Amino acid sequence: MPKNGDIVSIDLSGLLNDAASAIESAADLNSLDAVRVDMLGKKGRLTAELKAIGKLPADQKPQAGQAINAAKQTIQAQLDQRKTELQSSQLDQLLNVQIEDISLPGRGVASGGLHPITKTIDRIAGLFGQLGFTVAEGPEVESDYYNFEALNIPAHHPARAMHDTFYFDAGRLLRTHTSSVQIRHMEQHSPPHRIIAPGRVYRCDSDMTHTPMFHQVEGLLVDENIRFSDLMGHLEGFLKMFFDQDDCAIRFRPSYFPFTEPSTEVDIRIGSGKWLEVLGAGMVHPSVFEAVGIDTERYTGYAFGLGVERLAMLRYGVSDLRQFFENDMRFLEQFA
Amino acid sequence: MKFSEQWLREWVNPAISTEELAEQLTLMGLEVDEVESVAPGFSKVVVGAITDVQPHPDADKLRVCAVDAGSEGQFSVVCGAPNARPGIHVPFAMIGARLPGGHKIKKSKLRGVQSEGMLCSASELELSDDSDGLMELSGEPETGMDLSELLDLNDNVIEVELTPNRGDCLSIRGVARDVCARNDRDLELHEITSVPAEHQDTQHFTVSEDCACVHYTGRLIHDVDSKAPTPLWMVERLRRGGVRSINAAVDVTNYVMLELGQPMHAFDVDKVQGSISVRRATEGEKVKLLDGRDLSLESDTTVIADDRGAIGVAGIMGGDSTGVDASTRTVFLESALFLPQDIIGKPRRYDAHTDSAHRFERGVDPGLQIEALEYATSLLINIAGGKGGPVSVWIDEDRMPLGEPLILRRERIERVLGIEIADEQVESILTRLGVEVSSDAQGWEVTPPTYRYDLRIEEDYIEELARVHGFDRIPRTLNAYQPGFKPASESVVTVSALKNALVHRGFREVVTFSFVDDTVQQALHPEVDALLLANPISSDLAAMRCSLVPGLLSVMQKNTSRQNNDLRIFEAGLRFVPQKSELIQESVIGGLITGRRYNENWADSSEMADLFDLKGDLEVLLGLANANQFEFVPGTQPFLHPGRSADIVCCDENVGWYGELHPKLQNSLDLSQNSLLFEIRLDALMNRMVPAYQEISRYPSVRRDLSLLMPQQTTHRALEDCLVKHAPKWLQKIVTFDVYSGENIDKGMKSVALGLILQDFSRTLEEAEVDDAVAVVIRGLDQDLGVRLRA
Repeated sequence: MPKNGDIVSIDLSGLLNDAASAIESAADLNSLDAVRVDMLGKKGRLTAELKAIGKLPADQKPQAGQAINAAKQTIQAQLDQRKTELQSSQLDQLLNVQIEDISLPGRGVASGGLHPITKTIDRIAGLFGQLGFTVAEGPEVESDYYNFEALNIPAHHPARAMHDTFYFDAGRLLRTHTSSVQIRHMEQHSPPHRIIAPGRVYRCDSDMTHTPMFHQVEGLLVDENIRFSDLMGHLEGFLKMFFDQDDCAIRFRPSYFPFTEPSTEVDIRIGSGKWLEVLGAGMVHPSVFEAVGIDTERYTGYAFGLGVERLAMLRYGVSDLRQFFENDMRFLEQFA
Repeated sequence: MKFSEQWLREWVNPAISTEELAEQLTLMGLEVDEVESVAPGFSKVVVGAITDVQPHPDADKLRVCAVDAGSEGQFSVVCGAPNARPGIHVPFAMIGARLPGGHKIKKSKLRGVQSEGMLCSASELELSDDSDGLMELSGEPETGMDLSELLDLNDNVIEVELTPNRGDCLSIRGVARDVCARNDRDLELHEITSVPAEHQDTQHFTVSEDCACVHYTGRLIHDVDSKAPTPLWMVERLRRGGVRSINAAVDVTNYVMLELGQPMHAFDVDKVQGSISVRRATEGEKVKLLDGRDLSLESDTTVIADDRGAIGVAGIMGGDSTGVDASTRTVFLESALFLPQDIIGKPRRYDAHTDSAHRFERGVDPGLQIEALEYATSLLINIAGGKGGPVSVWIDEDRMPLGEPLILRRERIERVLGIEIADEQVESILTRLGVEVSSDAQGWEVTPPTYRYDLRIEEDYIEELARVHGFDRIPRTLNAYQPGFKPASESVVTVSALKNALVHRGFREVVTFSFVDDTVQQALHPEVDALLLANPISSDLAAMRCSLVPGLLSVMQKNTSRQNNDLRIFEAGLRFVPQKSELIQESVIGGLITGRRYNENWADSSEMADLFDLKGDLEVLLGLANANQFEFVPGTQPFLHPGRSADIVCCDENVGWYGELHPKLQNSLDLSQNSLLFEIRLDALMNRMVPAYQEISRYPSVRRDLSLLMPQQTTHRALEDCLVKHAPKWLQKIVTFDVYSGENIDKGMKSVALGLILQDFSRTLEEAEVDDAVAVVIRGLDQDLGVRLRA
């Protein structure tokens, strides 16, 4: 034991060496922590040195204190550094095993999809929406009056023969076109009119190129200054946008519908293909305006009807109309 | 209608190619369907005259013909045709000739006899379907002449699809008039002279005034040689017009019809009994038609009759008893006008779609009857000889369908078309179309020609101007559109949004027919008396659907039969529910789930989807509207599993249902697997509240879990209601995290584990008050429902 007046100097070099080698050789976080306890813990070696300061002469105390503090910082820094090293290597090991096969498919319910007919109608409605057209609807079981009579197709009109109508009884039938919605709309609202009416229509016909049910979009624009040239401008613009190409050729050909005059059919040619008829249109016939009480001197207007399946077939390259109603998932999945 | 291009060019011949002509026609509204070359698929076929026929030494059915082919030489040809005889001229395919289909003629031996070519039938040359022996060439054509040259085969058949308003174009002359207008040319002159009467005999006829006939003309032609062959050029023109040659008299009437548009009829007068009368049929009157069918007529039909009864249906088809045949000597040529309104619909009713009916339905030129009669007379006499009598005429002037003049306003043309057309051009176009035009202060007074039934209102004339002037010369405009805001209410749920919600839940949209198999529908909905089509396309598409179920099940059936067993599909559309006196057509959205919950995959168990998968989807759908206004009550739909189905109620109204298909239906409809179905009225889903923000508590929440034991039949809904009733106002939410019955649970009981989430808006809840509140709740559950804490 040193006696009073002895020169007691503390020597921490052994302790520091021990600590450094113990820290260096600690293989994991637990043994590293054991080193920390052994050195810096309440019963640790450095703590013991600290307690021993009290026995030193007063003049030596500050110096010894500083030495212990410095040693503590050195050890702490070594511990921290080793801890970081160990943590990092532990994570590396973990990462080495946490490897998923990212080529496996994900889980959960896969998304479904809309029917191509709906997609096509939505697209048509979107384009005409830009010109202010809103969507109107009407019944599918229709009266003879709305489907024919009011559209200037009286009984025995030759145009009736072309419609192959499904009947229920004398007065009721399945609408053969969406043009019936025109009449209902004009009866219920005052001009101007800007509507499109998409929906199911029915014809008693079934073969390679006909299904007894298909879809049309009717369009009607009635205002004070609507001309045939507007009909052509609107429909040409629509078709070019629908097919996403400015260079498809569009041809207006005179035709005949009892409820329009003049009437036209519109053909489209994409690339060097054949002319394909895609819609019928015309200026609303004065008799139709009369049937719904619109002043033909004040208002003019155009109407058009387009075949949705036809447009969808051209757009998506579907060759058989009947596929739209087969509802084979292998077909539908392609339009998701 | 189809016709020979050459024939048309006889009437108008602008200096344009066939392609240009076809394009012009199409762009004038006479849509050209097809242009087909008449040019034969054969070569080295010449006119051969058979000079001698000898039997084949070694075959009963073959003969050896000596053929004179003029400058080509003399040949010996073996032939099996029954009509091979000396004196006839026939097509002769020489050695080296090529026949349609690529067949090449070589020198060959037939049963030991050398044959130096082949004698042909019309069908072997693809000139007609007639394979009845050799094609006989009438008129003693020059032997050795190339057959293409003889038949003038350097021609095209143009087929035009006419719209119903253009009856005037059902003739060569009619089409020619449009071509004239487009090319600003005159019709080539065709003088039709009247044939002077060579005798004074007439066929007596009467016309009653209440029938379809307004103009009836006719004349007798004596001493006709009915065996005289129709000249080749006429046969060819008829053929190119789609008409078969029959005999001279019939051919002539058809020829005039094709060229001028007047349907005519030739009677063998010796077969007509007494006087001809044109009158309405008596109800049920019988007539035997030329095609051999016996018809029973309705009294709205006009007939041509003799003293015995009907011998033809006016304007539609002649009768069998009075037709012209090889022994006919005296012909009565009829040229009449029957009004369209009396003919329309009858060809369909009597299934007699003849060329004549087609023209009368669309309107024949009222100014044409006598001209056509004169033309036919001269053609017939030229071919078959005979002497024409005087023309007898009956006319009802008052009922003649003649157009009225009207005023065409200059200003209106631009108003409708968006283009100004110069006055001179307006006048020139209309004049070329046969319209009488005179100036008027506002524009013009216009009177339609007799053959233009369709020109009735100002717009009709404007259409003519646009059509002939050319749609391609009208500018494309976008009329000044005043954009404005439209209502876009936030409280409306769109159909698109609903569909997309389902799509994101894995549903695929299908579109099925609105008519279904009535038997299947009745099995599903025996209580509904479905609306039936009077003329369905087939029995499995005969009843209007009263729900989407039959369609969805058929899609499932089709796909599962193709080994696609995991499906989520939906459809939106109308259902048709008859109710007392009216039919309800309402929009619904419905769907079907079948098979696994998730498509077969490596990560999840392959459990089958169940009722609660479907309910989860429906909660999303209902959540787009106001989920809390919907209530689920035990199901009442007879086609669903009684214990696994529910009705969806909104504002005390049943708006839909969901559930599992009834097992007995799965059986009887022969479905390979079970399915979950739903259907909801769209109108119930289309409204929602605009969100109104509610304060969020800033204080911590406390959770207490309860493990309860309750009677099996007590519903979760009742449990929750009771909980809410006894809970303090700071109960925020109830979470159900386990429902179990089975082992360790008494029979008739189930265990339910709940988490109560409690939170107050103004303070932190104290432990003690939460304990007290939960104790109250537990007591309440016990008292009201007999629900206890699980030991």
